[in-house]
Amino acid sequence: MKELLPLKQVMGFAFSMILTFIAVTVYFSNMSFATGMTVLLVTAFLQAGLQLVVFMHASETEDKGAIYTNIYYALAIALVTVFGTLLCMIWGYI
Amino acid sequence: MEFFERFAIPHPSPAIYASMVAIGLTVIAIVAGLTYFKKWGYLWREWLTTVDHKHIGIMYLISALLMLFRGGADAIMIRAQLAVPDNKLLDAQHYNEVFTTHGTVMIIFMAMPFIMAFMNYIVPLQIGARDVAFPRLNALSFWLFFMGAMLINISFVIGGSPDAGWTSYFPLANNEFSESVGTNYYMFALQISGLGTLMTGINMITTILKMRAPGMTLMKMPIFTWSALVTNIIIVFAFPVLTVALIMGTMDRLFATNFFTSTNGGIDMLWANFFWIWGHPEVYILVLPAFGIYSEIISTFSGRNLYGYKSMVGSMLIISFLSFLVWTHHFFTMGQGALTNSIFSITTMAIAVPTGVKIFNWLFTLWRGKIVITTAMLYSLLFIPIFTIGGVTGVMLGMSAADYQYHNTMFLVAHFHMVIIPGVVFGMLAGLHYYWPKMFGFILDEKIGKWTAWIISMSTLLAFMPMFFSGLDGQARRMYTYSESTGFGIWNMISFIGAIGLAIGFVLIVYNIYYSTRYASRDISSDPWDARSLEWATHSPVPEYNFAIVPHVTSTDALWDSKYNNHVLFPGKYEKIHMPNNSGIPFILSCIFFAWGFSFVFGMWIPAIITTIGIFICLGHRSLEKDYGRYISVKEIEETETKLRGV
Ligand code: HEM
Ligand SMILES: [Cu+2]
Repeated sequence: MKELLPLKQVMGFAFSMILTFIAVTVYFSNMSFATGMTVLLVTAFLQAGLQLVVFMHASETEDKGAIYTNIYYALAIALVTVFGTLLCMIWGYI
Repeated sequence: MEFFERFAIPHPSPAIYASMVAIGLTVIAIVAGLTYFKKWGYLWREWLTTVDHKHIGIMYLISALLMLFRGGADAIMIRAQLAVPDNKLLDAQHYNEVFTTHGTVMIIFMAMPFIMAFMNYIVPLQIGARDVAFPRLNALSFWLFFMGAMLINISFVIGGSPDAGWTSYFPLANNEFSESVGTNYYMFALQISGLGTLMTGINMITTILKMRAPGMTLMKMPIFTWSALVTNIIIVFAFPVLTVALIMGTMDRLFATNFFTSTNGGIDMLWANFFWIWGHPEVYILVLPAFGIYSEIISTFSGRNLYGYKSMVGSMLIISFLSFLVWTHHFFTMGQGALTNSIFSITTMAIAVPTGVKIFNWLFTLWRGKIVITTAMLYSLLFIPIFTIGGVTGVMLGMSAADYQYHNTMFLVAHFHMVIIPGVVFGMLAGLHYYWPKMFGFILDEKIGKWTAWIISMSTLLAFMPMFFSGLDGQARRMYTYSESTGFGIWNMISFIGAIGLAIGFVLIVYNIYYSTRYASRDISSDPWDARSLEWATHSPVPEYNFAIVPHVTSTDALWDSKYNNHVLFPGKYEKIHMPNNSGIPFILSCIFFAWGFSFVFGMWIPAIITTIGIFICLGHRSLEKDYGRYISVKEIEETETKLRGV
């Protein structure tokens, strides 16, 4: 039974559909720009994490450690780059 | 006729026409020579289609040396123009083109292939592997780099050179202010070679993580391999930013988008921001492999293990992260407030700390070592004080308030030459002398080598120290002339003399290669320096499979242990070896990429579409092709080994 119905993957698929659906509603409802963006960002990151873990099998092999180090490192650099850029180009710009 | 007008040079001069003739004659001479000596087949089999990391490394090396001379010729022109006040050798436009080409060629097409040469050649040997993880991808990396280099190199005779600086800041680089196709060349040349670099990054990381000899844990890797690993991690994270920025810049120029315009919602300074998000990590991409080479050389010629191996590794890992936190120091004066600038000042000064740790580690390795001064060691020893001058002035520049004084003056120019020349160029020259016997089976002449090292390092000081003074006096960078009353004349004259000295030094290197090829003894051991790591454990020249038996490792200095501590490096007996097949596809694909870039540069859409299709056909071919590699039989291995051992 377990082979026929991989529960984790099915749940993951359902959850990923729900996330997509929530993201789509932003377009059809009258949210403010800020709330809309927040919803999109949150769903986008959840979606990315979900795909990595459930469908790209990030935690199932022995090089799990390397994969997660890599992801966290990438995340850190991405955040620094994005917020650093905002700081230079917009917030800290006079 | 009208069609061909676009290829005309917008701002010609007799020198450019002379170069055109020279390029034409050289091409004819090469083609004629290859035909006359019947070398086409050899060229195709051994070089154009090779997937062997050693051959690819050597091709990178040759390209780097060629580009050193291309960039060097530009440098001499720049210094000659500035040697005396109110000089008329070059006009403003030519001067712009020359310094732009100089910077671009030196960073992207000289320094990058130089480090790639050593990473390709040495890393698989140091970790006891037979090749890199993806040999064919490696060939593709090289050829993409090569075609990018060719693209930038033909720009000055077909359509015009880029002229907006190697940093190519917008809005200067947009169509309005840079009318010629020069900046298109810049965009596509960097894009194509950048793709190659990114692939190398992935390739090398995989190689180092997955293909180490049994027993070689991460903390038992030779330090050069560590530096290569960290460098490639930085490449993989930094180069995509350049890729995207270049696409946006290209779109602005070719398709009238508004990413970097000053109107219509564009942010012109965003280019500078992206450029340096890539650009600062890039300077560490260049310097870390050189640090790795220095570490190898200093420990070999001090006759002892590297002092503070762990702190060396740690400082590189810290650098790899910190190098992404400092980019704003390149545009402190662009309008951020004091708080933003202070944040980046602090991160900038912080990065000098791990760099300092490395300097002390080298000094402690020398301490109580049995020092042998060879040419390679001489470069490494000369590097330490000169690089320190560059590093200290870097920290001065890193203080944002003071940077308002230094920024875009010759002081800045002096800083980065004082780090890049001892850091990268000396490192590569040291590596050249150190690894030459491994690559070609003879030692470069030590006497000429040492003379050259002294000439180059003293000329470096002569050429760049004066810029600190003229810069503090207010001489701006990238100005094509200055008046006599400024008093900059004397400083620039000294610089010019230094530049001549550097040119002599580089010619001497080529002379040394020629001289040693003719006269040097071929009767040397495969480990002529009494070195410590695995690359010296195989024959020189290295057989195509690198190691007949996969080495077993228990420490960072595996070879040393086998020589002096009874460690058995090669247990077991010969077995057949699996090797990848050669392929012409990387070369052909890259040629198509060249035509693709060229078509886009001139906005010729039909060839652009055709070449795009061609690219996809090559990719498709690779996906469908079945290539399982080939085996080298035990008999063949035995024959090769006896032959190599015999002489
Ligand atoms: C010791 C650590 C270092 C510090 C604190 C430092 C700091 C700086 C700063 C603040 C600037 C910008 C100055 C200005 O535009 O006014 C700068 C420019 C530069 N640095 Fe460094 N630097 C360091 C090491 C290096 C190294 C190791 C390299 C290369 C191998 C390098 C290459 C460059 C280049 C190429 C530029 C200028 C590029 C341009 O504007 O065209 N620096 N550095
Ligand atoms: Cu920097």
